[in-house]
Amino acid sequence: MNAVITGLGVLAPNGLDTEEYWKATLEGRSGLVSVEGVAPSPTPVSVAGRLPDYSPDDSTPARLRIQTDRWTQMGLLCTEEALGDADLDLSGLDPYECGVITASASGGNLFVQKEIQNLYAKGPATVTAYQSIAWFYAATTGQISIRHGLKGPCGVLVSEQAGGLDVLGEARRALRKGSKMIVSGGLEAPIGPYALTCQSSDPRLSAVSDPHRAYLPFDRAASGHIPGEGGAILIIEDADSARERAAPRVYGEIAGGAATFDPRPDSGRPPGLARAVRVALEAADLSPDMVDVVFADGAGTVEGDRQEAEALVEVFGPRGVPITCPKTMVGRLYAGGASLDAATALLALRDQVVPPTIGVTDPIHDGLDLVLGAPREARLRTALILARGIGGFNSAVVLRREG
Amino acid sequence: MGGRGVVVTGIGVVAPGGLGAEQFWDLLASGRTATRRVSSFDPSSYRSQVAAEVDFFPEREGLSPQEIRRMDRFAQFAVVAAREAVQDSGLDLTGHDPGRVGVSVGSATGATLTLEREYAATSDAGRLWEVDPTYAHPFLHLSWVPSSVAAEVAWVVGAEGPAGVISTGCTSGLDAVTHGAALVAEGSADVVLTGASDAPISPITLACFDAIRATTPNNDAPSTASRPFDRDRSGFVLGEGGAMFVLEEKESALARGATIYCEIAGYATRSNAYHMTGLKSDGLDMAEAIRTAMDEARVNVDGIDYVNAHGSSTKQNDIHETAAFKTVLGEHAYTTPVSSIKSMVGHSLGGIGSIELAACGLAMRENVIPPTANLSVPDPECDLDYVPRTARESTLNTVLSVGSGFGGFQTAVILTRVGERS
Repeated sequence: MNAVITGLGVLAPNGLDTEEYWKATLEGRSGLVSVEGVAPSPTPVSVAGRLPDYSPDDSTPARLRIQTDRWTQMGLLCTEEALGDADLDLSGLDPYECGVITASASGGNLFVQKEIQNLYAKGPATVTAYQSIAWFYAATTGQISIRHGLKGPCGVLVSEQAGGLDVLGEARRALRKGSKMIVSGGLEAPIGPYALTCQSSDPRLSAVSDPHRAYLPFDRAASGHIPGEGGAILIIEDADSARERAAPRVYGEIAGGAATFDPRPDSGRPPGLARAVRVALEAADLSPDMVDVVFADGAGTVEGDRQEAEALVEVFGPRGVPITCPKTMVGRLYAGGASLDAATALLALRDQVVPPTIGVTDPIHDGLDLVLGAPREARLRTALILARGIGGFNSAVVLRREG
Repeated sequence: MGGRGVVVTGIGVVAPGGLGAEQFWDLLASGRTATRRVSSFDPSSYRSQVAAEVDFFPEREGLSPQEIRRMDRFAQFAVVAAREAVQDSGLDLTGHDPGRVGVSVGSATGATLTLEREYAATSDAGRLWEVDPTYAHPFLHLSWVPSSVAAEVAWVVGAEGPAGVISTGCTSGLDAVTHGAALVAEGSADVVLTGASDAPISPITLACFDAIRATTPNNDAPSTASRPFDRDRSGFVLGEGGAMFVLEEKESALARGATIYCEIAGYATRSNAYHMTGLKSDGLDMAEAIRTAMDEARVNVDGIDYVNAHGSSTKQNDIHETAAFKTVLGEHAYTTPVSSIKSMVGHSLGGIGSIELAACGLAMRENVIPPTANLSVPDPECDLDYVPRTARESTLNTVLSVGSGFGGFQTAVILTRVGERS
């Protein structure tokens, strides 16, 4: 059984659909802007990746709008785009063979803040019937399943940023158990007064107010990360069924994946990222020299960047593989970020070009072949995507296009 | 299951009326209930004022002051249950490759107590929309992402394999364990610490279930308010708690002479794609999940010794799952015992699925079916054998546990006795 990706849907701070995002990313255009109007006071961050001119109201039917958080609305919109891109006629499939597996790090932030404010300011009777279904982490999977009549395996994975990659492995598991198609991916809407307050105690957050300098992974000036909103939905199909239905395109195959967890902080043992890479490559039956590009996690913290740089040099050798971090243009989208990186990697494989890392001018490590400032054309067959989540989660996925 | 066999070798429970697996089993076997008037805050302004609370004193359960400060209550439950499960398993992980030990924890609502408490402080009780982070707890960011519970559980044993949280609402407690089982079956891990926990008894949770009239308004008789399959049931009783398990690859567990509760022989999840909270009375999607799980476990319709029901004490659920059992088991549905422990420990959302799996594992050990408490006069539409009020001795070699939740999710898990089936 091979799991292939046949459709993409994207919402990102620098592009409101796949092609707009991809064009902006190749041009190095950033979506990091001021948090004015959506921040707590005082605010822990001055900038964030925000979807420009995006009003989910325009794209969500009224009936669904009132019962969903912005995060779920993004998921519904990305799913529409991804199913359209895959040209998938769901009426021809057994609904029990089609599932939905999404990742979320933090659930329906804005919805819950409104409802809980009602509760505290005006009393329990003012909490709406939709609070019970809008904020919990499973809301997006449930709503996508209902909207498209998908009755197969439904899953929701939470491992912060790593969850957005873990879903690809989970989708592949579902296909191995007999499903034909899984709507997969991650979205996050972590920008709002209370959501940013919840992040305010996070020492990884960058307080730098210049949008061009606030998030600089692998740079000596790294000061932490900037949160962003959005993510991606990927249509994962059994390769045989995709071929049988003559799917218009196969972006690539999920060749391998692995998840590891870092050692206990007091153990003195090395972090688990390099091991995740090795296990993922073993699962894909590939050696490190067959990897053509790495989409780095890019923590943007001194310690996180150092750990990732050392893991990459350890596995690939000094300057052994081109490395990029296009999330420098959008911020860290938590569960949405890793799924967006997977979508970006598939677009890179399609167009044979590595998108750039922007802003970084003074790398911390000579052994990193970072693709800085401008895209780089290259023969790309195999991409490795990395994601790490707070607490110690590591995820690595290998995507490969037909050679 | 496809791949390697997966067995349960350790159980830990933090449940209402039952701290620790043995106290929990004692509650179930005696048919006592742990439902009562909410005591953690004044519930008088809510429609439903009943809950199943855990009398939990974290210091007494061995958590350090820093662990208590860092972790939300739901994570504390998970860690305490995980430590018990590891001890119960007798598994010595020293010398074991930590990279082969995984973690899969379920939770529907995560750190909702902390998030609500911190909201109240930073908004000054709802006065400020632009809340003031100056008043936030120093570890609030860890409660914002429920994945922190997987990290805390991983640190219990120093696990370095695949780790994560499964959050599929009220089926989380089943789905997390089957995810853990899949990791062992496919060879991604040899040992998985898994289970689920929720601690949702808070003003916002009460208010949101009030708003959809899902919880019982039977405030005058809290101890008998959870009445699955009974004519007089009036909604579910919110609960809290968690249970954790040690899962091991079957052959290595047998080789080390482990005490094995059961094998996780099959599972499936399906979705009704119908409504976030509503259920059709035909139960067809749950039936599909059950049938798929039975196929995987190679169990026939006359081969199930006990069904641990979702049994949430809502009319729509009781009718929905009764129909599902009839659809799959046919005539055998009428002779297969079905019971709901939610009658005793309430409905702890994502936590309950694992608490119910713990009940199944202990029931198989004891060969005793826990009863459906408070079932006096069955709903005429619920005409199966629901084991009313009193536990029943019965040889249990194959057990089905089901869950149904918001989002339309339906999960079925088949547990089998090791050695009794080929």
